[in-house]
Amino acid sequence: MKALSEFKKSLIISLWFMLLTFPIMVIRVNTIEKVVEWRWRNMAFIGIGSFLLSFVWRYLLGRKEKGRKLAEAGRVEVRLFSQRLMDEPRIYRPALAAVTLFAVAFPFLFSSYQTNIMTTALMYVMLGLGLNIVVGLAGLLDLGYVAFYAVGAYSYALLNYHFGLGFWAVLPVGALLGVLFGILLGFPVLRLRGDYLAIVTLGFGEIIRIILENWNEFSFGPSGIANISRPGLFGIQMSLNEATIYLYFIMIALCLFTIFVVNRLQDSRIGRAWIALREDEVACQAMGIDKTKTKLTAFALGAMWAGMVGVIFAAKTTFINPASFTFLESAMILSIVVLGGMGSIIGVIIGAFILILTPEYLRAFSNYRMLLFGMTMVLMMVFRPQGIVTNVRRIYKFRARGRDGEPSQA
Amino acid sequence: MDSVLEVNGTTMDFGGLRALHAVDLQVRQREIAALIGPNGAGKTTFFNCVTGIYEPTEGDIFISPPGGKRRRINGVKINRAAELGMARTFQNIRLFPNMTVLENVMIGRHCRAKAGVLGAILRGGGTRREEQEIVDRSYEILVKIGLADQVDELAKNLPYGAQRRLEIARAMATEPFLLLLDEPAAGMNPRETEALEELIVRIRDEERISILMIEHDMKIVMSISDRIFVLDYGEKIAEGTASEIRENPVVIKAYLGEDVNA
Ligand SMILES: Nc1ncnc2c1ncn2[C@@H]1O[C@H](COP(=O)(O)OP(=O)(O)OP(=O)(O)O)[C@@H](O)[C@H]1O
Ligand SMILES: [Mg+2]
Repeated sequence: MKALSEFKKSLIISLWFMLLTFPIMVIRVNTIEKVVEWRWRNMAFIGIGSFLLSFVWRYLLGRKEKGRKLAEAGRVEVRLFSQRLMDEPRIYRPALAAVTLFAVAFPFLFSSYQTNIMTTALMYVMLGLGLNIVVGLAGLLDLGYVAFYAVGAYSYALLNYHFGLGFWAVLPVGALLGVLFGILLGFPVLRLRGDYLAIVTLGFGEIIRIILENWNEFSFGPSGIANISRPGLFGIQMSLNEATIYLYFIMIALCLFTIFVVNRLQDSRIGRAWIALREDEVACQAMGIDKTKTKLTAFALGAMWAGMVGVIFAAKTTFINPASFTFLESAMILSIVVLGGMGSIIGVIIGAFILILTPEYLRAFSNYRMLLFGMTMVLMMVFRPQGIVTNVRRIYKFRARGRDGEPSQA
Repeated sequence: MDSVLEVNGTTMDFGGLRALHAVDLQVRQREIAALIGPNGAGKTTFFNCVTGIYEPTEGDIFISPPGGKRRRINGVKINRAAELGMARTFQNIRLFPNMTVLENVMIGRHCRAKAGVLGAILRGGGTRREEQEIVDRSYEILVKIGLADQVDELAKNLPYGAQRRLEIARAMATEPFLLLLDEPAAGMNPRETEALEELIVRIRDEERISILMIEHDMKIVMSISDRIFVLDYGEKIAEGTASEIRENPVVIKAYLGEDVNA
């Protein structure tokens, strides 16, 4: 009985798909011979394919549902393999050592092309971690994050062009300008939430890009700024290859720095306030948390990293123009956060590597890149909306005395 | 008379709707006061006015924290009201669902701590001590409230009654002089209600906190309240001790009905 209804459901789905794809998959107009080709075979493929896939789809959905019910009823902790690994020092310590060794050896083992790609991936790790503060921790959907990235990049490009300032001098300036613009965006959107916030931040991102595109005297318009200096190292002359390796290590160091800072922020009074703000704005204020201050710090500290990565981006490519800072870039960074797992540092790192490296190494599929990208996102949202890595529950240690006056827990 | 909260002629309008009309109310030091009235009488609105969620259209709200100065608090920001020592719970539970029980209470300590961004990043001795103090104090409160064996559970996984208690624990963590409870017994079973009753009395006696409580459960209201205020259609129609309210004909007519003899 159940099997029959399942069968019927799948049949309907496959018929529906055959109908939907009929115009593009079956009919082809041969313009040279002026005939219409009917490719009925394609229709059969679609029919059989969607029929089978719908079974798989429903099976997976059912399994997910069962898992959820089990978790609710018996409090069975559904833990991912990766999280179990992280809880076990005997496993994660050697793993960490291996990753470190690999990261250090990477530029010497692989070509500078590969090193470049890795540097880009690391840049997105940093961007993801920054946006994670705003979106993952504080729960403020920011679709204009690329604006801060642009601010950083242009601050280096312009300061370098006009005043000849070097990379190391501008890096903190970029961070500071990021903070400043973060606050600048934060103020008008203090009252906004959810969709409204998303739309205004989206607008903010576009405004910055359009200004850069049109204010020729200031930013040189669409033609951009070229010949930006690479990072210096005590005035030592470096070949292109050496410069690439140098930048790679700068990026590694900055990423470690970011992870360190974000980790500490997350596990602090401020970090908890961000999370509380995300969970319930009114209750959070009723507990004495200043909403204005908390939101502004989230925007400012999130934007700071984008400002820094912007400086690195300008130094890496030595040429920037507004085309590098479109909405697509914001969407990419947001996808990293969502895919990896909102609020989880490891998740964001994994997310960045997946989203930046797979397209590079799967050139064969480059035509289907956006299709695969979209499909992955949809599948993630259906089956694992919390992202690849969910945030690990923090367990605190306390020295307080138990009910009977005995120390209850160390 | 040493009242910690003094509300004089407070009116609250929502457009054309007058939700509160010239309400007077005082809560004295270390007393349990109850605010009762039929659905839609304006009880929650009254709480919202006191805790800064709404600014009353008219009237004055004064607080005199024990050992502190008397001051008018009309229209202070919500977080400021908490800092000043008024903590509340919500009628429709508003915990932080994806934080642990302990973290929920730790948020209550936020306004009594200082560590800023730099402190968090550098995590020096002062910050570490403060963090440990937050954790320890929060745990102590959970022990008192009776949630000590669920500290690491996510708030959303707690049973309903425990969630209500957790809201009280979180409010206590802000070190209030006045605790405002919006229907704390709602959705509790009789055993939980009894435990709650005992808890509220204990909070008043041991922590020296005054309590203002909205509650529909007449058994708990009548047995622990030192004073009862009755609202109906935004107006205060009576105030007095449990026995006075029980016999007040206006109240019986407006609200209690035959329940009063039960
Ligand atoms: N923000 C608001 N805007 C407009 N009207 C409101 C608002 N808040 C409350 N009201 C109205 O004010 C009146 C009093 O509501 P309130 O929530 O204070 O009642 P209550 O006594 O708490 O009732 P209950 O026992 O059901 O909780 C109701 O008519 C309600 O619709
Ligand atoms: Mg109410």
